[in-house]
Amino acid sequence: MAVDVLTPRARSRVDRLERIWAEPPGIVGWLTTVDHKRIALLYFFTTLAFFGAGGVEALLIRTQLAGPNGKTLSPETYNQVMTMHGVTMIFLFIIPMTIGAFGNYLVPLMIGARDMAFPRMNALSYWLFLASGLFIYVGLFIGQGPNAGWFDYVPLALKRYDPGMGIDFYALGLILNGLSSTAGATNFIATIFKGRAPGMSLNRMPLFCFAMLAVSFALIFALPALTIDCVFLELQRRVGFHFFDVAHGGDPILWQHLFWIFGHPEVYIIVLPAFGIATSIIPTFAKRKMVAFPLVALAELLVAFIGFGVWAHHMFATGLPTTTLIFFAAASMMVVIPSTIQVFAWTLTVIMGRAEFRAPLLFIGGFITFFVIGGLSGIMFAAIPFDQATTDTYFVVAHFHFIIFGAAVFPVLGGMYYWFPKVTGRLYHEGLAKASFWLTFLGTSLTFFPMHIVGLLGMTRRVYTYPSNLGWEAYNLSETVGAFILAAGLVLILVNLVHSRFRGPPAGPDPFYGGTLEWTTSSPPPEYNFPVIPTVTSAYPNWDREDREADRRRLDQGLLVLDRGHETPASTVRDGILDEILDMPSGSPWPIVLAVSVSLVFVMLLTTHYLLAAAFVGLTTVSLAAWHWQEPQER
Amino acid sequence: MVVRAGSLVRPARALLVALLAVGLAGCGNRQDVLRPASKQEHQISSLWWVMLAGAAIGFGVIAVLLFLGWWRRNRADLPGGGGEKAATALVIGLGIVVPVIVLSGFFVWADIFVLKRTDAPSPSKTAMTIQVIGHQWWWEVRYPGTKAVTANEIHIPVRTPVNLVVTTDDVIHSFWVPALNRKIDMIPGRRNTILLDASRVGRYRGQCAEFCGLQHAHMSMSVYADPPERFRSWLANMAAPAQRPGTALARQGTRAFQTLSCAGCHTIRGTAADGRVGPDLTHLQTRRTLAALTIPESKLGEWISDPQHAKPGNKMPGIGMSQADHQALLSYLESLK
Repeated sequence: MAVDVLTPRARSRVDRLERIWAEPPGIVGWLTTVDHKRIALLYFFTTLAFFGAGGVEALLIRTQLAGPNGKTLSPETYNQVMTMHGVTMIFLFIIPMTIGAFGNYLVPLMIGARDMAFPRMNALSYWLFLASGLFIYVGLFIGQGPNAGWFDYVPLALKRYDPGMGIDFYALGLILNGLSSTAGATNFIATIFKGRAPGMSLNRMPLFCFAMLAVSFALIFALPALTIDCVFLELQRRVGFHFFDVAHGGDPILWQHLFWIFGHPEVYIIVLPAFGIATSIIPTFAKRKMVAFPLVALAELLVAFIGFGVWAHHMFATGLPTTTLIFFAAASMMVVIPSTIQVFAWTLTVIMGRAEFRAPLLFIGGFITFFVIGGLSGIMFAAIPFDQATTDTYFVVAHFHFIIFGAAVFPVLGGMYYWFPKVTGRLYHEGLAKASFWLTFLGTSLTFFPMHIVGLLGMTRRVYTYPSNLGWEAYNLSETVGAFILAAGLVLILVNLVHSRFRGPPAGPDPFYGGTLEWTTSSPPPEYNFPVIPTVTSAYPNWDREDREADRRRLDQGLLVLDRGHETPASTVRDGILDEILDMPSGSPWPIVLAVSVSLVFVMLLTTHYLLAAAFVGLTTVSLAAWHWQEPQER
Repeated sequence: MVVRAGSLVRPARALLVALLAVGLAGCGNRQDVLRPASKQEHQISSLWWVMLAGAAIGFGVIAVLLFLGWWRRNRADLPGGGGEKAATALVIGLGIVVPVIVLSGFFVWADIFVLKRTDAPSPSKTAMTIQVIGHQWWWEVRYPGTKAVTANEIHIPVRTPVNLVVTTDDVIHSFWVPALNRKIDMIPGRRNTILLDASRVGRYRGQCAEFCGLQHAHMSMSVYADPPERFRSWLANMAAPAQRPGTALARQGTRAFQTLSCAGCHTIRGTAADGRVGPDLTHLQTRRTLAALTIPESKLGEWISDPQHAKPGNKMPGIGMSQADHQALLSYLESLK
């Protein structure tokens, strides 16, 4: 509930909460914060900066490929820019944006908690993420960026063929990045399982949280494969092991298996939060609950699970045995089903509701359109002979950009508009927002659709240039024009949001009449999120007016206000029955200290100062001890 | 409100335009998946056209549903008046039952039948075997059973099943000639095979499809499907050692080839030159291109004086040579027919 319409008694409780939860002002506050909303904002601005960098790289690529025999970039620069575009967009933008920024901000608010289950670990995962991003980008800025493509196949990535430091920046940077993601994922699972408001049984949990739960499990099981792969790679590059070396009994295919055991679940890790955003926006603007709610929840969990059984479809041209191919093709077709369930649930919800096509819903319309195109071309890759014909061509580039840009970034853009009033307390400009939708929609179509055709015409991916006589010019030019239109659309979104942040009219707690709990509190939410812990009786608790009135009465009576300290309720995993009251830590310097010392371990490994690396491992241990010196007390 | 009908029609129309464009763009093109010149590729391109039709229908269904969402934005029910239960039934029907049926049929057709027909052949069913070895960034081509070695331009007899054994000398490459068959990776420690069985005489362009480093973009090759007679005489010539140069200038070039250390990297059979780093030049003049199709053979003079210009980073160093040496070398290389 908004804190501006309170009785004096309630007012005094709220004031008390304000004092208890206040964080230090200024830069110190930001460096030591454990507030999930501030950490989410840190994630947001950081990933936005990386999005900008990845976008500039994309425009450089498109400028180089605008015409045949392009001369904008040298081959070496192109390869670094192309690799960094992929690494940035996947590891430094879309995953930390959806999980780190959106997930962090929204999950505790949606489940009626006051923070994540492990607030300091939350801060740690942000600082580690920032460090990993800076780490990888240092490589690019000193001209030693990774240059073997984002999936970094060996033997090309071995010292013999790639003697610079680019690959070491990549491998060590991704291990560091993986630490951050693992910490984050663990935190989400604990938060979602234990932190839900009283009454929020699993079947009443918002679909966004189901998506985040699925993603977190997927991350925890997928990341070790990538980490192990990078450890093997570094051991071979630095110490002389032979994991991938045929002459000594190793096998380069091992890299591919491990990479894709991570890499395909990764695709669902990228799109699932976007599905979660869609399932938040659609009910609000359709003004009704999701059609087939339990099926959609199940589909979100299923897609994360089946996603682990399809990795070899990235390797159909490597000469795997036919039986293996057929198994993975069948699994790749199975993974379609959870997606078709969701697509029909989304569209039927819009049909069944009185849909109001404001900007966020427009972006979801764009998302569904692009997801269906990308999904249909995705099914084609489950036809093994067609996959073997078109893999590693621009047809694949088209397919995964429809998924990653169309299906993952469009909901993020829609979500930026949708939750902007919640985060800033102000409304964005609707007309400009709609214009930005049409611009990005046009730009995306023009950029990525012709890639299908040019791929069928034989253009292979990752070429820094192409000859003029193969009929590829017009399509490439269209892609380049589209990319700049798309960039203009994105800039327009930024302009709208920045302008509205300062000049937008006040939004109030609930401008769109959303169904989930974040709309019950004021905009922006106070540090403690809710003056009284809400009690939940349905999946769309903000539409249950009587329950919200009951919250208001409880604030008056001092029930479930939890104003004796940094407190949040914990509930049972399945039924969401209030279990205990937890004391939460407040601001702490240890997450950032720990992140810095862990990062320094990696810097020392990179620069082969192994003794110093060991010293920083020592410092890490000391920081961990200091971190745990003072535990919050359980009650 | 603002979703205009156009927004939903546009992607459908784009799809149609694309379809036409793909059909038309084939004319005069040389690296096109959809201009099959073999039974195998014909299977694959048929697969594509059927899938495209299916995808268009699937997209059409969703486009209609999205359009209905906008068209009926003031009514809270399904067309025909169904409620919650009908909507859930539709999700189950359209989202589970229909895709399971369609995908099962599709799976059996594509991944059992078409796969079988495009699969690598058993050696007993092919008339000959050719070995292709990937290098950064060119293709070495050998004809086992003969002494013939060439590079980047593969000749095969037309209407003859040829077993291609592909391996690599360094990193992973991928052999792909779109008009003839699917692609196959060339992986250290593995011998992969693929069938080439061109049904028409012609020249088919191919390109390395797996990112292989700096000059991945300039690693192309041609497959020439020749009439059997022409192929046999080509192979006989290719297997023979180099002719002795006829002119004094060319003979001078033979010496320059040794002294300028070209011979350290290139083989010219029948001479002392036996390097294995770069392509075999014994019958260089039978090839129409240089540097894996980067430039036409007519630019040989420019290539040997500055090989780093057209294909920067390739393994052939620019050797400072006198004008006289350059002319002699060129004359010699032009005699290698």
